[in-house]
Amino acid sequence: MNLWLIPIFPLLGFLANGLLGKRIPKALINLIAVGSVALSFAWVVKTLLGLSPIETKYIEHYFTWIQSGMLNIGVDFAVDRLTAVMLMIVTGVGLLIHIYAVGYMEHEGGYYRFFAFLNLFMFFMLVLVLAQNYLLLFVGWEGVGLCSYLLVGFYFTEQFATTAGNKAFIVNRIGDYGFSLAVFLILRQFGTLDFTKVFDASRALPVEASAGILTAITLLLLVGATGKSAQIPLYVWLPDAMAGPTPVSALIHAATMVTAGVYMIARSAALFTKAPITMDTVAVIGLATAFFAATIGMTQMDIKKVYAYSTVSQLGYMFLGVGVGAFSAGIFHVMTHAFFKGLLFLGAGAVIHGLHGEQDLRQMGGLFKHMKITAITLFCASLAISGFPFTSGFFSKDAILVAAYQRAPWMYWVGVLTAGLTAFYVFRAWFVAFTGEYRGHAHPHESPLVMTGPLMILAALSLGGGFINIPHFLEPLFAEKPESQSLAWLSAGVGLLGIFLAWLFYVAKPGLADSFTKSLGGLYTLVYNKYFVDEVYDVAVVEPTIEGSRTILWRGVDAGLIDGTVNGVGHRARGVGSILRLIQSGNIRSYAAWVVLGSIALLLAIGFAGGSR
Amino acid sequence: MSNLLTGPVPLSWYLILSAILFGLGVAGFIFRRNVITVFMSIELMLNAVNLTFITFSYQFKHVDGQIYSFFVMVVAAAEAAVGLAIILTVFKNRATLMIDEVSSMKY
Repeated sequence: MNLWLIPIFPLLGFLANGLLGKRIPKALINLIAVGSVALSFAWVVKTLLGLSPIETKYIEHYFTWIQSGMLNIGVDFAVDRLTAVMLMIVTGVGLLIHIYAVGYMEHEGGYYRFFAFLNLFMFFMLVLVLAQNYLLLFVGWEGVGLCSYLLVGFYFTEQFATTAGNKAFIVNRIGDYGFSLAVFLILRQFGTLDFTKVFDASRALPVEASAGILTAITLLLLVGATGKSAQIPLYVWLPDAMAGPTPVSALIHAATMVTAGVYMIARSAALFTKAPITMDTVAVIGLATAFFAATIGMTQMDIKKVYAYSTVSQLGYMFLGVGVGAFSAGIFHVMTHAFFKGLLFLGAGAVIHGLHGEQDLRQMGGLFKHMKITAITLFCASLAISGFPFTSGFFSKDAILVAAYQRAPWMYWVGVLTAGLTAFYVFRAWFVAFTGEYRGHAHPHESPLVMTGPLMILAALSLGGGFINIPHFLEPLFAEKPESQSLAWLSAGVGLLGIFLAWLFYVAKPGLADSFTKSLGGLYTLVYNKYFVDEVYDVAVVEPTIEGSRTILWRGVDAGLIDGTVNGVGHRARGVGSILRLIQSGNIRSYAAWVVLGSIALLLAIGFAGGSR
Repeated sequence: MSNLLTGPVPLSWYLILSAILFGLGVAGFIFRRNVITVFMSIELMLNAVNLTFITFSYQFKHVDGQIYSFFVMVVAAAEAAVGLAIILTVFKNRATLMIDEVSSMKY
């Protein structure tokens, strides 16, 4: 089947565009970049058709990477049903976003660099998804973090972009630390990192009622996942990552990279299901993040920030799904989220592109008549994310909420409330941008087909994608949870209520929103400033770390201790030498005296030591 | 006493003589001011050592000691040649043979 070809095409695209991009015409750059992803997608389809129905895991072993004592780690790719879903999402949505980016980046500098990095990202993401052991997955994991840094800091001449890139990478790294520790523990516990061996061994272990080794491993894996998938407490990098170009936000921070954490948990289901403490932690973190981010998203004025917090919130839903044991529902939501969130970001990009860089909602308004396709597709995406009946979001979100109800009813109610908030803020953005009167100063225009084409395809997927019954497809891997019609319709109803409230506040009675925020006063300021979490982190973590590094590690240890020791050796040598040189007085008779005294001392020493024998 | 007059010379006398010569050489090496005298003292030391070697060679009936004394003589000769060359050069430059006055190579 040659699975290795799937990631190799984008890697070749990266090399070609990266090395030659400066000298080849734009059309060729486009061909290489989009073509490599298209080839990858085609190969995925071919592979899946060839393997279908995918009953058992298909593994390809390439070579042994590390062989040291008992440690044997190979480079293996594998495809099972879960991989199949992820591959289709990554290459399919990735392809659409690459096509879109051709239009979006038309007038931007560093054109070939952008597409080279985008292709490199695809390579690493595909390695992550295809990996058959934890170390190879970690390679992909780190690689997508790197590409996120490169792409968020794409406009590297802007201070806020480079800072955001640093933040994304460093916060991710904290999560990676947890992930590394988990990998070490897995190795220690199971003696191997191979998925099949680890999960088979894990299935033989009993469920841990109290904290044990599996709880430790899974909690550390969770730390890694919270970093990569932007959950509390490591979500702070994602809103800042909006500094990157919008296709980056769509691809990396909506459709693919951020879902790597959810994928990893779903893949490690055999470990997680044996550690109920961690499962509850995952669910609670997911739920808290979903609610928390939704409240922030309601107040933001930058359209990309609204969608960024929405992503954090929806990722919280996915965590809730896998946390209550509905792994297939979580993955289902990954897929539908890729559709509608990818579309939301691409649509936002189209709006920003049409307004020549304006991102503030307060400078928009009445854009419907200027960019109808964008408006309609964004409307479809907003319906999907709100869980409007029969859209893709309706099916996936309800699968999660119903499973949550079975775990603990209060989780369902908080989830439903958050669904209402989601509908509210996403339609707030839509109404403020597209209805009313235009408040800005640019000349809004519709985007070219190369951009609107992917929008339309994603809109169709957002509306109809729910009928791709992923939970049923993933049945052999994850047991399907029972349905509940009444709960599903209840959450849909709350979603509709959210839409209605948004319409009320921003279309029917425009002044209502401002008066409402004024009456809330301090609470509004708190939420608008993202609960001052960044400021708290700054004071509590960042500043002490920088100060500590500067004072203790740099001045104290490096300049003081290490340099001091090394330089000190030189100084001591000089000191000793400056004393010894006093012997050289120039007086030859004193030399003679020293020689005689020395030889006498030598004779005495030999005599005392028992003679020369 | 009659043994001393009619018999062979006791070997210990040679060693004592050698030690006295060596001691005189060391004393001259340390206390004399003229460079050439210092050199003569060095030669004296070397010859004292030669005597010791020969004595022990005769005592243990090993020829090694005499071979060593050959070496010592060769080295002494070479060293005397080089040393005298140095003294001549120093005398040409400093016009003095007093060892205390050739002391410019201080720290």
